[in-house]
Amino acid sequence: MKRLSISFRKLATAAALSTALFGAAGSAQAEDTIKVGVLHSLSGTMAISETTLKDTMLMLIDEQNKKGGLLGKKLEAVVVDPASNWPLFAEKARELITKDKVSAIFGCWTSVSRKSVLPVIEELNNILFYPVQYEGEESSKNVFYTGAAPNQQAIPAVDYLMNDLKVQRWVLAGTDYVYPRTTNKILEAYLKAKGVKPADIMINYTPFGHSDWQSIVADIKKFGSAGKKTAVVSTINGDANVPFYKELGNQGIKAEDIPVVAFSVGEEELSGMDTKPLVGHLAAWNYFMSVDTTKNAAFIQQWKDYIKNPKRVTNDPMEAHYIGFNMWVKAVEKAGTTDPDAVQKAIIGVEFPNLTGGTAKMLPNHHISKPVLIGEIQEDGQFATVWQTNKVVDGDAWSDFLPDSKPIIADWTAPINCGNYNTKTKKCSGQNY
Amino acid sequence: MNLQNLTQDKTYASVLLALASVTILIPFCNLIFPEDSALHFSAYSVSLIGKYLTFALLGLSLDMVWGYAGILVLGQGAFFALGGYAMGMYLMRQIGTRGVYGNAELPDFMVFLNWTELPWYWYGFENFGFSMLMVLLAPGLLAFVFGWLAFRSRVTGVYLSIITQALTYALLLAFFRNEMGFGGNNGLTDFKDILGFNIQSEAVRSVLLLMTGLSLIGALLLCRWIVNSKLGRVVTAIRDQESRVRFLGYRVELFKLWVFVFAAMLAGLAGALYVPQVGIINPSEFSPLNSLEIVIWVAVGGRGTLYGAIIGAVLVNYAKTVLTGLMPDAWLFCLGGAFILVTLLMPDGIVGLLRRRIKPKPTLNATGGQPA
Amino acid sequence: MQSQRFRTRLKTPPGLRPADRSPKNSLLSMMTTTSTQTGIETRGVFKRLFELVFLNTVRREPVAGLSAQPGSNGTSAVDRSGWLIRIGLVLLIAAAAMAARPVLADETGNPLDLLRQGSMSEREQAVEQLAADSANLKLLQALQDGKLFELKAEAKLAIGLETQTGYSLTDPISGASLGEVERGAVGKINLNNKLRTLLRKAIGQLQLNHADPAVRLGAVQAMAKNVDDKALALLKDHLDHEADAEIVAAIRSVLLLQDINSPDKSQRVNAITTLKEFDSQDAVNKLQALTEKDADGNFVEADSDIRNLAEAALIKIRGRMQAYAAIETVFFGLSLGAVLVLAAIGLAITFGVMGIINMAHGELMMLGAYTTYVMQQLLPNNLGTALILSIPMAFLVAALVGIAIERGIIRFLYGRPLETLLATFGVSLFLQQAVRSIFSPLNRSVATPDWMSGSWQINDFLSLTWNRFYILIFCLLVFTALLQILKRTKLGLEVRAVAQNRGMARAMGIPTSRVDAMTFGLGSGIAGVAGVALSQITNVGPNLGQAYIVDSFMVVVFGGVGNLFGTLVAGFSLGIANKVLEPYAGAVLAKILVLVFIILFIQKKPRGLFPQKGRAAES
Repeated sequence: MKRLSISFRKLATAAALSTALFGAAGSAQAEDTIKVGVLHSLSGTMAISETTLKDTMLMLIDEQNKKGGLLGKKLEAVVVDPASNWPLFAEKARELITKDKVSAIFGCWTSVSRKSVLPVIEELNNILFYPVQYEGEESSKNVFYTGAAPNQQAIPAVDYLMNDLKVQRWVLAGTDYVYPRTTNKILEAYLKAKGVKPADIMINYTPFGHSDWQSIVADIKKFGSAGKKTAVVSTINGDANVPFYKELGNQGIKAEDIPVVAFSVGEEELSGMDTKPLVGHLAAWNYFMSVDTTKNAAFIQQWKDYIKNPKRVTNDPMEAHYIGFNMWVKAVEKAGTTDPDAVQKAIIGVEFPNLTGGTAKMLPNHHISKPVLIGEIQEDGQFATVWQTNKVVDGDAWSDFLPDSKPIIADWTAPINCGNYNTKTKKCSGQNY
Repeated sequence: MNLQNLTQDKTYASVLLALASVTILIPFCNLIFPEDSALHFSAYSVSLIGKYLTFALLGLSLDMVWGYAGILVLGQGAFFALGGYAMGMYLMRQIGTRGVYGNAELPDFMVFLNWTELPWYWYGFENFGFSMLMVLLAPGLLAFVFGWLAFRSRVTGVYLSIITQALTYALLLAFFRNEMGFGGNNGLTDFKDILGFNIQSEAVRSVLLLMTGLSLIGALLLCRWIVNSKLGRVVTAIRDQESRVRFLGYRVELFKLWVFVFAAMLAGLAGALYVPQVGIINPSEFSPLNSLEIVIWVAVGGRGTLYGAIIGAVLVNYAKTVLTGLMPDAWLFCLGGAFILVTLLMPDGIVGLLRRRIKPKPTLNATGGQPA
Repeated sequence: MQSQRFRTRLKTPPGLRPADRSPKNSLLSMMTTTSTQTGIETRGVFKRLFELVFLNTVRREPVAGLSAQPGSNGTSAVDRSGWLIRIGLVLLIAAAAMAARPVLADETGNPLDLLRQGSMSEREQAVEQLAADSANLKLLQALQDGKLFELKAEAKLAIGLETQTGYSLTDPISGASLGEVERGAVGKINLNNKLRTLLRKAIGQLQLNHADPAVRLGAVQAMAKNVDDKALALLKDHLDHEADAEIVAAIRSVLLLQDINSPDKSQRVNAITTLKEFDSQDAVNKLQALTEKDADGNFVEADSDIRNLAEAALIKIRGRMQAYAAIETVFFGLSLGAVLVLAAIGLAITFGVMGIINMAHGELMMLGAYTTYVMQQLLPNNLGTALILSIPMAFLVAALVGIAIERGIIRFLYGRPLETLLATFGVSLFLQQAVRSIFSPLNRSVATPDWMSGSWQINDFLSLTWNRFYILIFCLLVFTALLQILKRTKLGLEVRAVAQNRGMARAMGIPTSRVDAMTFGLGSGIAGVAGVALSQITNVGPNLGQAYIVDSFMVVVFGGVGNLFGTLVAGFSLGIANKVLEPYAGAVLAKILVLVFIILFIQKKPRGLFPQKGRAAES
């Protein structure tokens, strides 16, 4: 019996301990600040891209506090590290909402991390601002997509190649995951609609972090030497780009011969590459650091001061967070509360100036309107704009070039109030509420 | 079950009791007490503890095969993920027409890839019983084929460890491929129901935690019974002196195969319990680093003790949860440092430390020989 | 979809500046008086020239399709540069005028100004105009190399060479030095792909008479890339007075390609029969075109003789192409193998010889790569030297870290190999995060020196990239060096002795703990050296090590633990297997197949390709 009593004492301690750790942590906290969750990987494979966005958020929140905060309260950033681990994203999102009681979350980079967080955000009815260009085919009540949808990046880029560079043969190269798959599917349909023959389209997928590009680049070279102007549309993700471009340069594929237009290579990725062999290759984004506006200059200066490094660059997802955060601030001010439901309603129609000129507007489908810029890589790691749309393009959640999603629209205003509304059958599907 | 035997080891008994209390108390508190009560456990804590317990089960499975049979498997995560995928497939089939494209038959990612019919290996997964069978059979079968080949040709030591790593790496690459029909990099997610109940409701969460806890307790008792049975003794003997056992006339490879398959099935069960609680299964679960981490849990907890694996898994993951929130920029320093210190200062893991305090005499199980 | 219209990006031209009267006007009168003697036509040209160089007169006509901004018509901007240069230029221009060779092809605008501040399409016009005169060659080359700058204060162009503080400038036409300026004082003239293509052609045409045959050959090749009638005429002319056999052959092949479509059948037959011996992609394309059918199913080429000849020629060339493709695949495989061997060979020592499951091996490679980065930062102007120097430096850094790990942690764990796994895993997390904290989580840019970039173009179908080539050689060198160390040095002997029987070695008076530290240091140093090579082909970032660790272990185990030669053979054979499978199975499936092959192979040979024999094998 004595033995057992020891066990019971231990048990009681254990129970008390776990209550203290899990239960109490979530209870009563003084509500003198408005908390904002920052959910970006600071370790693991995605830290390369996401750490910058964490710093951007801290800078934006810092600046808002200098301006006097929001609704008379200070903002407080709650930073967690989901460590590039997708289930951990969901767990951390839940932690931010239930334990830290944040009013909105800014975060995620990869599609899979967003998909992982989505059910949690919807269940607990919070707000997520997602700052990266993505594949579309989604519009959640609780997510605001401040990055580009395919029609704000891929289609204009292909138009440019076709009309200005007279490209006739196409290589669609991508990393094997949902963003490149969707983008390439949309582009393939688009190119075929424009009369490009299937024999003139080559599609290639590689795994994440692919590092040995010799054979694939040799194939591209062969494909491109058939006498017709050829271009590569690259949705190759992050880390795989450095060896890819190095191999291109070494195998003598110059931008003049076979230009590569990339959707995932920005200033920050270029800062980690030897740009000499890349000069002239293209990228399509909604923001370039090189765009010469007073707003952009101020933003760049602010960033360099904040990060205390005059060599740091700015990039497109940073602008997306900048716009998203400011839209959220405006919406909270408009609604007079941080209550997610009220903010979700108030933010639709909110406008905020882009850094590159023009005005971004939050659309009823939770995407924003953006200008599209195409730039050529310069030796200093910046882009020189060679083409841009003359006005902002509205983000389209459901692509018009895919037969399955053509009739679907997203509209979060009455009377539709649905992210997946079929205009033919007049039905709303795929919603959890 | 030999109760006398159980109570002989106090640590063992207290771990068991702590598990039982967590399993029963937390769902109870979660459901009974209102949300503002101090005794209430939030959904966050419930799913978090549920996750820890599945990891504990996974650690336990590795301890069986590594701690007792001396086979260092660097691919235990593969069996875990396979079990998880089997569960995920069941949950995907339950979505029905509530998917994005509203297709009753095909999951969204297949509609997206322009597939017109369900691939054959998805047949049957709409049935819960069949899925649960596959949760055990898929990893079990893989372990059987792999183990049968490997143990028969007497692949041992690091060679075995590395080819198990190759196995999980190959599966990782395979499951990343969209053509495989398992959702590629995004994996399976956006689950709605389990057995007709909303998977996000508090009650289902609590029941899942209860099920996980019961499975863990059951598995612990079962493992304990196995290692103390004659079979367990032979397996331990193989770990310590394989050739001697073989000369005594035992079919070493069959014993090893048995433990290997059993551990794989346990890992599969852990995976199946993990998926509905975290809401996603994707190929990164196959990554060799994940499997390495399992080894680390067991080593930190103390190998060859069963409950050590449970303590290690819970502690390491709890540390991760706390540190990733408290010091997002420096938590890897702490974790890395902790691993180094544990190896240097606590050769038998945390359990070894506890045991030295409680009982100066080494127990039978702690005096394991060196692994190959 | 929104309709997107091309938006021209025109910068506002600088406003009218008051003319600087005294010197310019006197010069102007001087020049006009001379020009009266040379007749009315030359005078017109002369005047334009004068305006161009001295006054920078802008006379922009609205360009078709572009909406020029108001105020740009007839605006003149006056240049205020120094006297000396002008005098130098006067001579130059005078010489040009005497030769009666007009610099300007038409009268639409001053090309230098268009180049300086025009839109991209205006710059194209400017380049076309400038391409007419070989005196502009230097300017065009500078433009292509990105060394042409706008001197902001003086609104003129200059060629700039980067110096420590800014740029040292020279005049683009005369080559006279314009002194040094700070970085902010100049703006680079940007190009786009169209312009680069145009420039390449223009420079090619201008260089056709260059003294250096290599430059001439390059010029011919540049022109061959898109042949038009003008280029063809130029090449034909040039053929008559070209002495270099290689260049003659290059021009001949360009002309032959044109002959395929000539109206004369015998010429066509001759062209096809000659071309089938050529390893030329252009020839394949031309011949291919002859055998194709149009949309109605009729052959494009009506003459069946020609068609059959073309088909036969294609078969012949394709046969050679296949052979070249096979060579290429083997090379790809060897170079992938070299990377695998480099990554694994350090592990072959720490893991294979010492039995330490070193999970921090990848991070030691990462340290080597970062050392290369730091060296390049220290020597920004000598990238090649920095790279060479980083080899010993990386060895040193990684070896020291390795020795520290061994002394601090691993030496307490001998005889407990699995615990080394745990501890070194901790070390690897630690090192990764340390690099993240010190260098930031972003990738770092490591430049490739010129002699390592580009490829060795053997013919149109076969080219070997230099960086892979060097890495292959480097890998063999490192391997040989390591083998020699182990075989011929005292350390090597001691290492082998300790690996075989630690107790006996100690009994023989070998300081085992010192040898352990040295061995681990050696293995780590080699990992660092591998990192230098990796920095040339992949990302230098905190994740570098993790990408290679699994592969490294595979290679060591496949080759046989404790056997360096096995590691070499294993690395190369896995590399080649991967590359042979890749075209059929795709990159991912090829890798899966190789992994499955390793798993099955280990069943057959449970101790790898080259199992250790003797007592050490049973440990």
